[in-house]
Amino acid sequence: MLSYPKSSIWSSLDWMTVSIYVVMVIAGWFTIYAASYDFDQVSIFNLSGRAGMQMIWIVISVVTGFSILLIEKSFYDIFAYWIYIFLIFLLIVTIFVAPDIKGSRSWLVMGPVRLQAAEFAKFATALAVARFMNGYRFELMKTKNFAVVLGLIFLPMVLIMLQKETGSALIFLAFFIMLYREGMPGTIIFTGFCTVLYFLIALKLDETFWGVTPLGEYVILILSLFFIYIILYNYKKGRRTNKYIIFSSLGLVVVSVVVSFFVEFNLSRVTLAILILTVLAVLVNYIRFRVLRYLYVIFFAIFSIVYLYSVDYFFNDVLEPYQQTRVKVALGMIDDPGGAGYNVNQSKIAIGSGGLFGKGYLNGTQTKLKYVPEQDTDFIFCTVGEEEGFFGASIIMLLFMTLIIRLIFLAERQRTRFNRIYGYSVASILTFHLAVNIGMVIGIMPVIGIPLPFFSYGGSSICAFTILLFIFLRLDAARHR
Amino acid sequence: MKKENFDADKRKMFIIYGICILGLVYIIRLFSLQVLDSNYKEWANSNAFLNKKRYPPRGVMYDRNNKLLVYNQQSYDVMVVMRETKEFDTLAFCRAVNINKEYFRKKWADVKNRKLNPGYSSYTPQTFLTQLGSKEYGILQESIYKFPGFYLQNKPIRKYNYPNAAHVLGYIAEADKQNLADDEYYVRGDYIGKTGVEKQYESYLRGTKGVEILLRDAHGRIKGKYKEGIHDQDPIPGKDLTLSLDIDLQAYGEMLMTNKLGSIIMIEPETGEILCMVSSPTYDPSILNLVGRQFSENFVKLTKDPYTPLINRALNGTYPPGSTFKPAQALVFLEENIIQPSTAYSCYHGWPPGGGRPGCHGHGSPLALVDAIGTSCNSYFCWGLKAMLENKKYSSIENAMDKWRDLMVSQGFGYPLGVDLPGEKRGRIPNGQFYDKIYTRWNPFTVISNSIGQGEIEETPLQICNLAATIANRGYYCTPHVVKKIRDTALDSTYTKRKYTGIAPEHYEAIVAGMRKAVTGGTSTRANIPGIEVCGKTGTAQNKGKDHSIFMAFAPKDNPKVAISVLVENGGFGATNALPIARLMLEKYLNGQISESSVWEEEKLKNTIILRNVVLPKKQYME
Repeated sequence: MLSYPKSSIWSSLDWMTVSIYVVMVIAGWFTIYAASYDFDQVSIFNLSGRAGMQMIWIVISVVTGFSILLIEKSFYDIFAYWIYIFLIFLLIVTIFVAPDIKGSRSWLVMGPVRLQAAEFAKFATALAVARFMNGYRFELMKTKNFAVVLGLIFLPMVLIMLQKETGSALIFLAFFIMLYREGMPGTIIFTGFCTVLYFLIALKLDETFWGVTPLGEYVILILSLFFIYIILYNYKKGRRTNKYIIFSSLGLVVVSVVVSFFVEFNLSRVTLAILILTVLAVLVNYIRFRVLRYLYVIFFAIFSIVYLYSVDYFFNDVLEPYQQTRVKVALGMIDDPGGAGYNVNQSKIAIGSGGLFGKGYLNGTQTKLKYVPEQDTDFIFCTVGEEEGFFGASIIMLLFMTLIIRLIFLAERQRTRFNRIYGYSVASILTFHLAVNIGMVIGIMPVIGIPLPFFSYGGSSICAFTILLFIFLRLDAARHR
Repeated sequence: MKKENFDADKRKMFIIYGICILGLVYIIRLFSLQVLDSNYKEWANSNAFLNKKRYPPRGVMYDRNNKLLVYNQQSYDVMVVMRETKEFDTLAFCRAVNINKEYFRKKWADVKNRKLNPGYSSYTPQTFLTQLGSKEYGILQESIYKFPGFYLQNKPIRKYNYPNAAHVLGYIAEADKQNLADDEYYVRGDYIGKTGVEKQYESYLRGTKGVEILLRDAHGRIKGKYKEGIHDQDPIPGKDLTLSLDIDLQAYGEMLMTNKLGSIIMIEPETGEILCMVSSPTYDPSILNLVGRQFSENFVKLTKDPYTPLINRALNGTYPPGSTFKPAQALVFLEENIIQPSTAYSCYHGWPPGGGRPGCHGHGSPLALVDAIGTSCNSYFCWGLKAMLENKKYSSIENAMDKWRDLMVSQGFGYPLGVDLPGEKRGRIPNGQFYDKIYTRWNPFTVISNSIGQGEIEETPLQICNLAATIANRGYYCTPHVVKKIRDTALDSTYTKRKYTGIAPEHYEAIVAGMRKAVTGGTSTRANIPGIEVCGKTGTAQNKGKDHSIFMAFAPKDNPKVAISVLVENGGFGATNALPIARLMLEKYLNGQISESSVWEEEKLKNTIILRNVVLPKKQYME
């Protein structure tokens, strides 16, 4: 399949991304050595240690990455669906044959090697979605198209959930960042954002009262109102009537608050009434102007109200008890350093004890003494924080951000939609991993077990990320042809 | 490519901004965790480091003849790190260390009680049980793996070679709440000197605790020393003390004082070293080296004893000195030129100006100073005090009284002498103001009792002995002390510097002669030991009950080797009980043995019981 002389590949390859990749992989390798460092420590090259094993995986990854660069770029386009189908097949097989390892059934055991198909499903899905959206005159927001795209994304996600790997499944939500870039209405992301925000506010302010007003409920209603005002304000058509609606609705809110200082009543009930009145006014506007977006505002409002009154049900009856606890720990609603909060607590202690410049390489006491669970996989960032301090941890953060932003620039300069969509998918997946993993380690996200790209110990993880990244580098290297 | 119906560039920038905001938020969070909040460092340390205390051996004590008095014996404490404990068989634990379940529960609650244990932390080792016997230690050591979170820590306890000198040696016990609050060196379970030398010399005896910093992993397993132990500190052993006590003399004194209340003090006049300090009743110091339940049982028993064995009467009891005060009195008169040694005063079985009061016994009259001391004539000193208080050179009786007081204070009365033992009382020497407060008008007759060591005068037995030492030294004393030597450390100059009284040395000769006269042909003739020139003075102190028997002496007359004071509460005349005891003590110390002619007296004294009747509290009757 070699159709181009090697030199042309090397000259058009984005060396900046490659350099960041190399730096991260090496830094990751050293960090794994530090994280698994013990007192009777074996050498970093010793294959019985984790760093030694990771070295093998790094070599395999680099060889894989190199091979990817040598393959004709149209291969990925042509075989995108086949790769996707193969991975879906693997995911299904995994559900049935995988042994139970720490509560998850996601590992395919083949002799001494264990592979996690879920890791590889990411690049396969990215390829398939890119291929599908690459069609001529493709319009994402056509119902059929959008449904297929969602299907391509949710199929592996559901299969991975069935393997009890909720964390890895959530990663597929990253594709929505790419979809936003490709024209999906921002309101969908906004709605998703509101969903999470409402959920957190409702839980956090549960049982908190302001006089006789349940605060959580009230805050969410007010937020919904303000979101509606913002959307209305931004719509050009019928702006004048919109302004009337906004001002009269806002006026009612203010009056209700003022009155509540003199007469005690349940503010949230009144605000709910104001919200419904506002929605009715918007409905009248819709009937007058027939602008689809007014309908969206109405849907948003209804969604907010329904959602608000079902959060408790969702939290108590849909979420598993361990998930409830994790959410509550992350929200600071319960303090449980011995139980569910143990990981996060120890992780915060390890990072927090690092100070400005850290304790020095291999000098971290918390990680060396195994206070942080999963410290060479999901909690690997602790070791960086403890041994290299704020300085080192910030550099790693900045390195990741540089890589992601670089990838976005690369994606934007592609001439084909396929390349761009794939590039955005890579950037989105990395962003999601970074946000969730480090967020969890520093205690501002619930504990969701996903690896930190290039750092966390694990062959599947590093190979899958290398493939993900290098396919894009290969596509980018051939962007002019 | 087809033109899109949305602003792709704007969306790209939204995404990039989003990523930047995310990065910024995370970096700010990292900054607050790592740089702003210092709590995490402490938590990390308490996580990873097990600071194992290494106790230095406490200094031991020898007597002046290098006989070992107090030493240490290995003993083990059970420590517990609450956070590391898991479910365990409480009953098996109780059986191993031989305690019952209730006691276990109480201890468990006590450790966690921050009121009793201010330094409590579930992360650090806390003292759970102290002084495990070697048998219990063996059993627990073998099964300690069954009780995660429990550790054994070596902490030596005190052992005593002699059952004597309890008041001087003092005892150690676990530092109480106050000790912990006063000095952060101590943690719960540490021992601290509570009385006697153990308390006074605590800072020398205790040494300095060392620390071994061990690394402990998440499962509580010790993973070796932190940085190969470069931050470890070796314990610095406590300093050994050599006491000035002669333990044989002390034991002999305690034996003589059996079933009597009072004290014997002997001082080497030239150095101020205390040779023996008996306070009776006493107790065996080893009953207070126990810690825990046995300690409190014994301690309560001693506290409840109506004869107050815990009080060191030598420094803590104040008594009217009686006639032993007369030499001091005479020295003041001589110094103030009120009398000459040749001055004679009349006495007719009593002091004539007081209408025969205070009374006196039959002797020739008038008497000069030497004979007045020898026969302990009351009238002589009443005349003297009256002459001094009425002397015009002081312009007022208050001034005269103040001058009198100053000279008394210079002889070591009225204030604590500064002996190196805790709890010394000051006694009382009144001044002019004292009487101005009590009486609107007063004259020499008002205070005349003071002249014979009664009235408002109070002294500790130590002060009486110190008077004997100053007379023996002809005008100076060294602050009495019980510690002769601290290993590798110079003794405080307070104990080596001579303190001169305000009285010229030449005045002392007449007093010495008087005290010698008392022994050769006066009130103290039974103190006359063949071959030794003993100088002595009896005292009979009137008080609410039967008179206290007091005797002070020094010997030999020239180049004195020892000064002594003996006080037997309710022992009658000074010559009745205190004097024979002093005689035996002097014989024992100066001759090394008791002469055959004195053996009967030793027997008799040993078996004499002089215990005043005490009304026991009702509760004790019922027991």
